[in-house]
Amino acid sequence: MSENNSVGIVAPQIAHFSEALPLKSGHVLAQYDLVYETYGTLNAEKSNAVLICHALSGNHHVAGIYSQNDKYPGWWDNFIGPGKPLDTNKFFVIGLNNLGGCHGSSGPSSINPDSGKPWGSAFPIVTVEDWVNSQARLLDKLGITQLAAVVGGSLGGMQCLQWTIAYPERVQHALIIASAPNLTAQNMAFNEVARQAIITDPEFHGGDYYEHGVVPRRGLRIARMLGHITYLSDDVMGEKFGRKLKDTIKYSFDVEFEMESYLRYQGDKFAGSFDANTYLRMTRALDYYDPALAFGGDLSLALSSTKAEFLIVSFTSDWRFSPARSREIVKALLDNESKVSYAEVTAAHGHDAFLMPDAHYHAILRSYLSKIQIGNHHEK
Amino acid sequence: MKNSVNITNFRQDFAIIASWVKFNSKVLDLGCGDGELLQFLSGSLEVKGYGVEKDDANLLACIQNGTNVIQMDLEDGLSGFENQSFNTVILSQTLQAMHNTEGIVLEMLRVGQEVIVTFPNFGYWRNRWQITMGQMPVSKTLPYQWYDTPNVHLCTINDFDIFCENHNINILERKVITDGNEVSFMPNLLGNLAMYRLTAKP
Repeated sequence: MSENNSVGIVAPQIAHFSEALPLKSGHVLAQYDLVYETYGTLNAEKSNAVLICHALSGNHHVAGIYSQNDKYPGWWDNFIGPGKPLDTNKFFVIGLNNLGGCHGSSGPSSINPDSGKPWGSAFPIVTVEDWVNSQARLLDKLGITQLAAVVGGSLGGMQCLQWTIAYPERVQHALIIASAPNLTAQNMAFNEVARQAIITDPEFHGGDYYEHGVVPRRGLRIARMLGHITYLSDDVMGEKFGRKLKDTIKYSFDVEFEMESYLRYQGDKFAGSFDANTYLRMTRALDYYDPALAFGGDLSLALSSTKAEFLIVSFTSDWRFSPARSREIVKALLDNESKVSYAEVTAAHGHDAFLMPDAHYHAILRSYLSKIQIGNHHEK
Repeated sequence: MKNSVNITNFRQDFAIIASWVKFNSKVLDLGCGDGELLQFLSGSLEVKGYGVEKDDANLLACIQNGTNVIQMDLEDGLSGFENQSFNTVILSQTLQAMHNTEGIVLEMLRVGQEVIVTFPNFGYWRNRWQITMGQMPVSKTLPYQWYDTPNVHLCTINDFDIFCENHNINILERKVITDGNEVSFMPNLLGNLAMYRLTAKP
């Protein structure tokens, strides 16, 4: 099933923006690059575009492979392709790497054109709002005035929500998966521990480690290990690893339990491929996002300007972005008489479930997306 | 959750519900099944309709036919719905399958300005007859055997009248139908499906 309905070999493109982007922090990015990929064909009316917003560690490579022998397709390849739930025979799908990222868009590890050196600590802190504004400019460049849909999970779901608030005329449908209208204190606490692991790594050098030729690998590794604990449910960890030993108990602090092996593997893999400064900024963007704040904490008021139709999905075992948080979004949409459906998918995999090809979950996405009428501008 | 697979009077019960729902109003259908009633109401009355459904297959059916549907378990109440935020809240042939029966009716009155409740009348003579003959009733409206029925709180029209009186519920209108025809004579004996339009007493 994965072979014949893949989008196939894809290649990233880079869009350069020379018009300054004012950021929520007050900083201004004088110029910047966004790296992106597209799948499917943009129709003549440019009305069949779907934007994928990525989460904490995601990027623009959402589907397809880079070469015939590439064993690692894009991060949401099970969802996107000809005949897949997000059908590229119908839709033109755009994935991009957000500002502050480390996969080709302007970010701390890219070269600051003013200095000719990596931005490092000088790269400003970007927010969900900034990302959405930059994404809108990418759409401008592609000549797309309205998205048929914006889709994202977790932090990506926050961007979807922000799209409907900031650009109500430009979004027909928003699919917000395993997300929340803001982070709880507990959720922010995990982010703080992750950041502290990075920042206190002796090789962090205040964020300017590039010029020292080192990376705060240990900190990033620990941050990712912590993340992985929170992305899985207790049940799935129990089922996957339980108390299984790799060998026997050795009365040491080496890897003895399977679970330790998994966490170290995930931590090492991530620390070797991801930029610590990006990780810091992604977690901060999560922390800061709170669209109700400007409305006295009233999410219903915050969403009163939206015009999109919504599909909200949560997963029963997701404790990092629990169903209760999704229901807050649903409630606010109901208060506004928005068109909304909400699915609470029974799943064992915790927060990770949103990337899994669960049959019922994918049937929901497929059904919802197949009902979207291309070019049918919304009326509320 | 919904029982209506082969209710013969469903056209009539939909028509009566439609006559109790205002044009372009905001409607919540609890235990909405595959969204059939809401489809009917949006088609005829252009209501802003939302369904609540627990079952995965029904939820998927709703999404497939474009019904707004919220997945949740009615047994947990209607938290997440504001007081008096719907013009009408409907519980169509689901009351008898609820465990928290009392709770859900009170929740409906909290959320809805008006409430419509319909249920199979256990006092219907055919049910009484089957019990007289020594067996639990099985019929088109009660299609289950005693050992596999989802119905846990069956009641008669008289029972529900008393329930309303004891819970400060105002019965605005009551209709009773059998095989699609309205029954006004001895409804608790001759009526198969009971339909109530309710509000909370001030």
